[in-house]
Formats: sequence, structure tokens, C-alpha cells
Amino acid sequence: MTPEGSDGLIVDAEVSRGSFTLAVSLAAAPGQVLGLLGPNGAGKSTLLSAVAGLVPVSAGRITLAGQVMDDADTGAFVEAAGRPVGFVFQNYRLFPHLTVADNVAFSPRARGLGRRAARSAASHWIERLRLADLADRKPDQLSGGQAQRVALARALAGQPALLLLDEPLSALDAGTRLDVQAELKRHLAEFTGPCLLVTHDPLEALVLADQLIVLEDGRIVQEGTPAQIASKPATGYVAKLVGLNLYAGHADGSQVALTGGGVFVVPDRGQHGDVLVAMRPSAVVVSSQHPQPSSARNTWSAKVAGLTLLADRVRLDLDGQPPALVDVTPAAVAELSLGPGMQVWLTVKATDLEVYAHADRQPA
Amino acid sequence: MVTRTARSHLTARERARRTARGGVSRSVPAPLLAPALIAIAFLVLPLAGLLIRAPWRHLGAALSGADATQALVLSLWTASVTTGISLVIGVPLAWVLARSSFPGQRLLRALVTLPLVLPPVVGGVALLLAFSRVGFVGRYLDYWFGLTIPFTPLAVVMAETFVAMPFLIITVEGALRSADQGFEEAAATLGAKRMTVFRRVTVPLVAPSLGAGAVLCWARALGEFGATITFAGSFPGQTETMPIAVYYALQTDPDAAIALSLVLLVVSVVVLVSLRDRWLRGGSAS
Repeated sequence: MTPEGSDGLIVDAEVSRGSFTLAVSLAAAPGQVLGLLGPNGAGKSTLLSAVAGLVPVSAGRITLAGQVMDDADTGAFVEAAGRPVGFVFQNYRLFPHLTVADNVAFSPRARGLGRRAARSAASHWIERLRLADLADRKPDQLSGGQAQRVALARALAGQPALLLLDEPLSALDAGTRLDVQAELKRHLAEFTGPCLLVTHDPLEALVLADQLIVLEDGRIVQEGTPAQIASKPATGYVAKLVGLNLYAGHADGSQVALTGGGVFVVPDRGQHGDVLVAMRPSAVVVSSQHPQPSSARNTWSAKVAGLTLLADRVRLDLDGQPPALVDVTPAAVAELSLGPGMQVWLTVKATDLEVYAHADRQPA
Repeated sequence: MVTRTARSHLTARERARRTARGGVSRSVPAPLLAPALIAIAFLVLPLAGLLIRAPWRHLGAALSGADATQALVLSLWTASVTTGISLVIGVPLAWVLARSSFPGQRLLRALVTLPLVLPPVVGGVALLLAFSRVGFVGRYLDYWFGLTIPFTPLAVVMAETFVAMPFLIITVEGALRSADQGFEEAAATLGAKRMTVFRRVTVPLVAPSLGAGAVLCWARALGEFGATITFAGSFPGQTETMPIAVYYALQTDPDAAIALSLVLLVVSVVVLVSLRDRWLRGGSAS
């Protein structure tokens, strides 16, 4: 977390909506892209709405560049229209009755410039986001990637001090997504203020964000760099996102007794107490018979519960102590004649298990 | 149990239709067909009668009578002024009903829609009680400003507004309710204050419904009879609108009445066509 600076965004607030409560404490420094990752209903969009001033906080406060935007204690509240915030909405919300040029010029115009002055203020962003050829089109004549650029230009044309992006790539098809993502990354790098990026796509978060916060059920469950989060997920949700098996257990030197049953032998780094063990699906060897003794320290039996064909491999869902998701090649499936209900043996080397302390959840 | 098989014969055309679009028989069952035909006859025959009995030869003469022209001009301008007034005060009220919440809002909505179902004559009587020279508002208008409303063109406009404005209000209110407020949120985050949002986002987005509501309002005002004759009377050139002129002409000069009716019929058809077009294009029938 950045120190209590005066430049960035600092949120230390609760937002209650019905039975749902979002309680977060976070800071984003200028130039930083802070990714908010979490399942649907985790409160990511609510957080953006609160920062933008579309919902007031129920407790706590939000400050931006040293200015109080919302403070439930004092009652201070800056209306959305008065906040220096650029918001790129999911599905973009481009004004359907305005041309691309007028959409981009909307903010300068709304902030008091005349039609001509607003147009010239917008033209900078139109050039910058390569929209000159599309300037006279209406939003319904744009492709997804183009609409995304217009939405970004429209948000940036207001010269915001903070940028909010709500699932900026989710409305795009897979083909254009990578291109748009690369371009978005460039524009985010040029933006000097803090940026909050909401996503439920781990890859998007890994590529675009400098720092990640994982939200689940209105709480921050993990924060760190994308690399930290990808290698040491703190919850089952994150582990699933990054494609790892995750087990909670109790470590005692080289042994971890798993909470759900089963024991792992792990490299002894003197760890004791509650830990998490992460295991890559590709690190596990599957055998149809009990394997010969080997250097691999962990061997256990399991039953095939399901098979899913992924792009280039087959993911096995295995019931055992512990259960596991394991990736094998289609050839291996054929050779071992793997099928649902079949008994197999799993082997994994101790050094392929990542063991780390089960950090307490972020205090709300 | 043995069920009787319903056998029928499919023509090649029907066969092709069903193959292309799927679905079962589209033929109308007899118990529905007969009443439907009666309903069609009932609605269409009178209009046909109007066309059959129309004095096509001397239509121009029948319409060029001074009374007819005066009535037409009066009707057109009062209906247009009514529509203008309804846009200026009715659209803000539609916004208030759709977007704000306050105690008594449901009651207010009921009151606003009441003129839709109220017999227009009752509306005329009510207007008279409020704005006549002895009415509880009209008395002061007369006393302070020397302003007498009943039996003037102003009274015509007021009667028409009373009856027609609710059509505009409920049309626009429905559109505002179903409009995606995400656009207004987006406008707010771009720095637009509430009035700017209304002007530059809300109104343009409901423009098709606004147009439809205005056309409905204008058409209703044009056809207004009961409230107008009660509150404004029927002075030729002053308060005698087309429908009132038709009513009186029928007693003295049926040909003129039919000719005037034809004009109103043509106007109505034009209105209907323009509305259909709007609804089809705008896609927001409300």
C-alpha cells in the first residue's frame, strides 16, 4: 500500500446496499494501475461507483489528490459531475444520439466550453486514439474495439485526475481483445493519474495491472503484484482463476496435514502452523497402477470424476485425498484408457509444491 | 383411448409457409371469425359511409364557407399552441413523475391521468367552476387583471390542454421510466450537471416518444369537443373549433358537416401514419 500521500486515491470506506456490504481500504498512487479482480457480485463495480460519486459511502471516506470526495462522518460529498474522474463503463455507454466527435467532446462541453472550443479540445484525443476516420459515425456503426477507444477518449477528454475502467475488454470478442488490450496498456501507461481497473479475467489483470487487489464478497482477500498473486493464491477463487490446485493445511516441518484430508510431503523450510499449498495441474503424474518407488515423495490414489478437453490437453477432475485437477495430454488419456470412475495413482514431487503461510484475511 | 385424427389438406403455399416459419395452422376458428368480422364491419362501415356520402363534386364550395375556414384555422392553431404548452410544462412533469420520489406521488400520477378517463364535459364544467368570472380562481383574475377567460380562444386552449396534455405526459413518463439511466450516469461522470444531463442526454434519448406523445396530444386537442363547448362555447371565429362546427353544420348544412368531417378524417389518418412510422423506427412504443 502506498503511504497516505496527497496525490493518489485513498479509499477507506464501506458501502451498504441492501444486505450486501462492501468494506475496503485501498490506495492507488499516480501512474499506478490498480487491478480489482473478483467474481461477479464481489463489489467491484460498486467500488467504482462509489469512487465516481454515483453511490455515496455508508461509512468512511474517499479522498482523491488530497481532496475529500466523500466522507460519511462529516457528510462531505462531491457530486459525480464535480469529480475529476474519467469512467469507462462496461459496454461503454456511448451516447447513441451523438457522433463519435460529439461523444468525445461531451465532457469539455458539459464543463462549460462552447461547441467549437469543446470540439478542438476533443480533437486531440480523437487523434491520439486514432478516431479521426470515425469522427462522424454514430456509436451503432462502430466495432467493439472502436467503441472501446471512443469510450476511453471520451473519458480522457475530461482531463480526469483518476481513471476508472469497468471490465473494459469484456464486451469484445476474443479475436480483437488482444489487440485492444495491447493498445489499452499503452494508453494506461501514458496516463499520469491513478487508475482502477475492474476485471474478472485474470489474464487481463496480469497484463494491465501493476498491483492487484482480489475482492470476494465485499472484502479484500488478497493484494500484491500480479506475479505474487499468480504464484501464491490466497483463496480457492484466485487459485482457480490462475489454474492452480490450492489446499489449506497445517504444516509441521516437511509434512502438511491437509484440512480436507490427506498429507503432503513438502520441502522443509521450517514452516509451522496454518499454510496454503499450491500445486500446478501439470506437475502431477498420473499412473494406472501403483508406481514404482521413485524420488517423488507424494503418491496417492484417486478416482477419475470427469474429463474436460482444453485447447491442447485434457483436464482430469480427480476424487481422492486430496482431490486434484490434473492436466495430461490427449495421448496419455488414450494410452491409459482413462475414463470416469477409473482408479488411478497420482504422484507429485515435493519440490513442485508451493507452500506459504495462510495470511489472515485483510481486516475490513 | 382412441383420438380422432384431424385431417386437413395443406395447399402448396401453406406448406411452404409452415416449412419456412414453422408453427401450426394459422386459420381462424369459426367462433372467433364471426365476431371479428362483425367488429370490422362496425368500425369500417361508418367511415365508408362518410366517404360514400361525401359531396365530392362541390367539396371545395362546402369547405370554403367562411365558418368552415375559420373553424379549421382556429382548430389548427389552438391544437398547436396546446401541444406547445404541453411540451413546455408537461415534459417537466413527466420527468418529475418518472425520476423523483416524494410523498403523494402516486396520488399525483392518478390525478394527472384522470383527464384521460374523465368525460370531457366534466372537465369543461370543472374548468368553468375554477376560471369563470365567479370561479374561485377566475374571480381574482377578473378582479385584479380584468381578465375573463371563458368563451375566448384562450379558453379553447385551456380546455384542450386539460384534456390532451395527459397523453403527452404518460407517453413521455413511460419512456423516461424505461430509458437506460446508465447514459445519465455516464454524462454525470463526464461533468454534466443535472440540467445539462436532461437537455443533452435525457431528452434526446426519449425523442421518439416525445414526438409520439406530441402527435397524440395534438390529435386529441384537434378533436376536443366536450370540454371546449362547455368552457369556451361556440362563437364562430372565436371558439368554434372544427368538431363543434361539424356538430352545428350537421343540423343546418349536412354537406358541409361531411366535408369538415372528411378533413378531420384525413388529418387523423396522417397522424396515425406518422405515429406508426415513429414507433417502428424508434422502437419505443410506450
